[in-house]
Amino acid sequence: MSILVVAEHDNKSVKPATLNAVAAASELSKAGAGDIHILVAGEACRPAADAAAKIAGVAKVLIADDAAYGHGLAENVAPLLVNLAASYSHVLAPATTQGKNLMPRVAALLDVMQISDISGVVSEDTFVRPIYAGNALATVQSTDKVKIITVRGTAFPPGAGEGGSAAVEAVSGAGSAGLSEFVRAELSKSERPELTSARVIISGGRGMQSGDNFHLLEAVADKLGAAVGASRAAVDAGFVPNDYQVGQTGKIVAPELYIAVGISGAIQHLAGMKDSKVIVAINKDEEAPIFQIADYGLVGDLFKILPELDAELAKTQK
Amino acid sequence: MKALVAVKRVVDYNVKVRVKADHTGVETANVKMSMNPFDEIAIEEALRLREAGTVEEVIAFSAGIQQCQETIRTALAMGADRGVLVLTDVELQPLAVAKLLKAVIEKEGPEIVIIGKQAIDDDCNQTGQMLAALLGWPQATFASKLVISNGSAEVTREVDGGLETIKLKMPAVVTTDLRLNEPRYASLPNIMKAKKKPIDVMTPDDLGVDVTPRLITLKVEEPVKRQGGVKVSSVEELVAKLKTEARVI
Repeated sequence: MSILVVAEHDNKSVKPATLNAVAAASELSKAGAGDIHILVAGEACRPAADAAAKIAGVAKVLIADDAAYGHGLAENVAPLLVNLAASYSHVLAPATTQGKNLMPRVAALLDVMQISDISGVVSEDTFVRPIYAGNALATVQSTDKVKIITVRGTAFPPGAGEGGSAAVEAVSGAGSAGLSEFVRAELSKSERPELTSARVIISGGRGMQSGDNFHLLEAVADKLGAAVGASRAAVDAGFVPNDYQVGQTGKIVAPELYIAVGISGAIQHLAGMKDSKVIVAINKDEEAPIFQIADYGLVGDLFKILPELDAELAKTQK
Repeated sequence: MKALVAVKRVVDYNVKVRVKADHTGVETANVKMSMNPFDEIAIEEALRLREAGTVEEVIAFSAGIQQCQETIRTALAMGADRGVLVLTDVELQPLAVAKLLKAVIEKEGPEIVIIGKQAIDDDCNQTGQMLAALLGWPQATFASKLVISNGSAEVTREVDGGLETIKLKMPAVVTTDLRLNEPRYASLPNIMKAKKKPIDVMTPDDLGVDVTPRLITLKVEEPVKRQGGVKVSSVEELVAKLKTEARVI
């Protein structure tokens, strides 16, 4: 039996999280499961389907093009997946807000217990997943016939997004369930990369003291091509919107370089960034727990250090 | 209309969890237990709906061992009207909890069900979505704003790129995100009053629900500990190290 990956996309292109889910599917393939297929369900989503067909290792792309799937409403998309699932041993989606919203609905309709947020594939039916905000790792075996899975992107390095040439096949479902409708989206506009796919992230905590002070981080972020994040404390204090939040209750990230500024290092924040390759901590409190996991620590006043860092980066980039 | 809120008893969020020596799970003996923080937000939202006159009664539901009654009492002390406890020693997984909730909801007839988006122990993030599926109801996960009027619920959701607003036909399931509200503390008089509020106790068998776990936990381990590195003394040194040693900029 084959593996179906539910693509994360905006109808025009495929989001990077899809590649991480395909990487997890490749591990399942190696463990004995079959070919990898991708479902692109959306509205006028042919460009996204064509992009999905180029992903290396994908055997087939299913496109479900219907106005009812345009905004990914779970009430509409879940029945489509339930019908498709009959031909698959595994159905995977990225553990993004989209995947987390949709997949449990699919699992319940199939009378299957979902395996959430996997960080490792042990065999076709056995997976590793973080529990307690990543403070423990559970190895779990599914006894269900179809495995419904969401994938923690940071645990599976993405494969190539180019080089494949899968066939694109149209599928259709019942369309709208008539239970829900999309009203509007207020998406944060930013020239910077998305947190979950950025190579470099610079995050601010309570130590930033105000939302206005985040411009100090933004200046450094511009030099490094970095995304800007925040701790839950900074979000709770109203400095920045919640979509900046890195941590167990926010986004899980694992960039090449993570710079934590004015962040003490609460367990809940560490859970969201401790898999970063290199961690830098800037904090005036020498005893802050963040220094225990940082590769490079700099003790001092962030309001002095950030402008210096900005200037130093400008110098070395010349 | 009635509102039903599900509350889970979990290891308190301030406790640093320890993996058991035999790798069967996480130490929960002599550890402080509390209501799942996202469920506190769910209770608060239901209470606000009652205070606004949208909801007449708030029912707090929990399932698990006898001590889950304490979690229901906490909800009652915050202001919920009565409780429902499904008593079982079996390890409950989200699919089983969703089935128990469905059975209780079919008896109680609430029009709005509010649940935390995830429990901070198993971090599954499934129960609300599963319940909505089993009931054939619409769902709004990760809610940061909820407005109920004329038989529909307009919900603003925290999604990866920002905010999304959707409109659901009632009855509906809503799962809470952090910014929906700030939960109240229970006052002492209300804690006393909560002791007299009724809690219905039943078993999965009474409800005709099979709660057998579908996932078998083979082992639970500590993650690899990250080692701390060095302290640098200046910004110049930091930038130099990032360039030549770590090679990340």
